[in-house]
Formats: sequence, C-alpha cells, structure tokens
Amino acid sequence: MTWVLANLGLIWARTLDHVVLSLPPILLCFVIAVPLGWLARRYRVSRGIILTGAGLLYAVPSLPLIFVLPAVIGTSLLSPLNVIIALTLYGIALMVRVVSDGLDSVDADVRQSASAMGYSTWSRFWQVELPLAGPVLLAGMRVVAVSTVSLVTVGAVIGVQSLGSLFTDGFQRGIQAEIVAGLVATVALALLFDGALVLAGRMLMPWTRRVTTAKPSVPVEVSAA
Amino acid sequence: MNLFASAIDWILDPANYVGLNAIPLRIGQHLVFSLVTVVIASVIAIPLGYLIGHTGRGRGLAVTTSGGLRAIPTLGLLTLVALWVGIGVVAPYVALTVLAIPPILAGAYTGFEAIDRRTVDAARAVGMSELQIVRKVEVPLGLPLLIGGLRSATLQVVATATLAAYVADIGLGRYLFSGLKTRDYAEMLGGSILVILLALALEGIFALIQRFVVPRGVSGRLASTPTTRTGSPAAAR
Repeated sequence: MTWVLANLGLIWARTLDHVVLSLPPILLCFVIAVPLGWLARRYRVSRGIILTGAGLLYAVPSLPLIFVLPAVIGTSLLSPLNVIIALTLYGIALMVRVVSDGLDSVDADVRQSASAMGYSTWSRFWQVELPLAGPVLLAGMRVVAVSTVSLVTVGAVIGVQSLGSLFTDGFQRGIQAEIVAGLVATVALALLFDGALVLAGRMLMPWTRRVTTAKPSVPVEVSAA
Repeated sequence: MNLFASAIDWILDPANYVGLNAIPLRIGQHLVFSLVTVVIASVIAIPLGYLIGHTGRGRGLAVTTSGGLRAIPTLGLLTLVALWVGIGVVAPYVALTVLAIPPILAGAYTGFEAIDRRTVDAARAVGMSELQIVRKVEVPLGLPLLIGGLRSATLQVVATATLAAYVADIGLGRYLFSGLKTRDYAEMLGGSILVILLALALEGIFALIQRFVVPRGVSGRLASTPTTRTGSPAAAR
C-alpha cells in the first residue's frame, strides 16, 4: 500500500498510456466490422471468405502478431502502432461474426415490412436492421472492450508502456504491490469501459430497457420446468 | 520481405535443431504444457459445468465469475504468481489454468442447456435415474458445445503459453524473448511464425473434431427428415 501511495503519479501515467492504446482498437474495430459484417451477410461468396478469414485471424496469437506486424507494415518493433493494429485486427475478427449474426437475427417479416413501407436498402439498414441488431452488437462490443483492455498489457514485454509495465517492472524488481496495483487498475479500466458501453447502449437503444427487465423470467421458467 | 526470408532461414537453420533449444523440442514443450493446462482446467470446470447445467443452479454466479476471470490480464497473474513461487513452470500453469476455465465451464453448462427440455423429460419418463440422464442423454447431446469450449480454451492457452517463457524456460516463447534480448529479429520473427502456424494447425484439427462428435442421431447427416435437426445442439450453434 505504501508503494501505491508513493507512486500514484506513475500508476496514473500508465493508466493514460493504457487508455491511449486500448480506445482506438475498440472504436476502430466497430467502424470496420459493421460494413464487413453486412457484406458477409449479403452475399454467399463474401460470407465464406470473410467469416473464414475472421475465424483464422482470431486464432492468431496476439504476442506473436505484435512481433510479426513490423515486418509486414514496416513499423519499428517498439512502436505502439503494432499493439493498436494487432488489437484492432482481433476486434474486427470477433465483431464481424457478431455483426453478421446480429443482422441475421432480424426477423425477415420486419425486413419485408420495412421494404413494403418504402425504405430503400440503405435507409432500411440504418433505421431498421442495425438498431434491431443493436443488443447483439452491444454484447459483442462488451467482450471486445474487456479483452482489448486485458490484451494491451501484453505489449509491456516488448517495451510498449501501459499498465502492463507495472507487471514487468514489479516482477523484475520484486515489488508485489506494483503488480497488484496493475491488476486492480486494469480490471477497473475494463469495468469502466464495459459500464460506458452499457450506458451508451441504454441511451442509444431506450426500447431495450423494458426487454431486459422482462427477459430473465423466461430462462428461469424453462429450467424449472 | 527480406525480413521474412531471414526468419525462414532461421527456422530452417540446422543449428536450431540440436541441443536444449531445438525447435522440435520447444514445440513439444509448448504442446505438452498446453495440454496439461487444459486437462487441469477441464478436471475443475467440466464437473462444475455439468452440475450447473443439470441442476440449473448457480448459473448467474458462473457467468459473473467467468466474466471477472476474463478481465484479469494473464501477464499480471503470471508475474504475481511467479513472485510468490519463484521462476519456473508453476506460475504459468496457475495463470493459464485460470485463463482456460471460463470457456470450458461455459461449454459444459451451455451444452446441457441447449438440449430440448422434452428430450430430458422423456428420458425421465422412461425411468432413467438422474445419473443415467446425465450420462446417457445430457453428456452426449452436450458434447458439441463442450468441444467448442475446449477448442477456444486450447487455442487461448497455446497462444498465451508464449508468455510462459517470460518466467520459465519453456515453449516457443523462448525464441521471442531471447531474440528480444539479443536484438535478433530473425529469431523473434521465426519463433512468432512457428507459434502462429501451431495455433492455426490446432484450429484446423479442432474444426474437424467438432464436426465428428455430433451424435449420429442428431447430426442431420443420417437423418432423413429435416425436422430432426430442430432442437439439436448443432442447431443451437
């Protein structure tokens, strides 16, 4: 505890580094995954290619990917860009599947009704399909946010500073409090991002609030039967 | 591109096939370490998951705990345990078992939950005991989802086992860290490529296994009518 109090400045600085590394992948992967997920759902050929590609990309381990990226895109090994790009790729790999599943979950009757009312394909996507897929997308983004915040720490073994630096530094110097502080701060940051997403979901999708309060009773009844 | 050429040269260099740092030996260590970790995690998570899935109790707790475990960065847990028990393989085993438990647990209980309730009730109605229901109905029908959980656990462990080399002289991660120390990019890149190939190969093997563990009666491959597909665990995926 004395270590923590004496090094609050350091913890805060590493937390800011961590936010700078984790926020871009979370936002970027959503922006990129939505059109890709739409494309995956739209045509049979693109579905196979995109979903298989996403599956393989998701299987690629993160630390080796951070080592390989400099050889592919020409960055320096210590560049924070490697971490940001690697984690963006992971986010995309996960979200493409989620977006495609989410759009799949929209009732075909609803889609046809929207067309019958005169929505163009473009406006139907933005005003009907995407909002209805919203809860599924939110669930996916929550997983992406938590795993991204956790994975950013891995960059510390190469020397890209984040809360993970508290682990490597604490380990090398034998300071247990430093590692514990890093763990607590990382989990807290993950919870903060998760909470922000839930809040954003409530603001953007006010109609889901009623559903979430009504929903829990259904699985309970099923398992009791 | 010539960075990749030097990495391929490193992978093919005969000097990397002898002694205690030989590539086949490192791959073997990586696989054995991952396998043992997944087995330890399974011994803990599968019975627990089956209990939750069969009784329907404790699901909320399992979901919350799994979510919490997922948020814990493995590097943090690894270094913390390594400080307690010292340098060696114990810390990686502990840290990676914690990593592997959530997906296996989820695979076990969702496998049971995805079974049509009428199937379970029918088994009870023909006089099966609870243990028989678990053994003869729920376990086989829940197998595809359990294998799915084991698949993602194994992939995560194999990927993260690279980090084990940070606190122990084990696995393919050694090349990444020793290359980093000596600024030998060919070694780092070669080691990274080996880990990636290993992970992709395992992904492929699991995809095949998952296709073959669906019980014959519900796979749809032998079924003549499409209606038998509904309510099968495969359909739930």
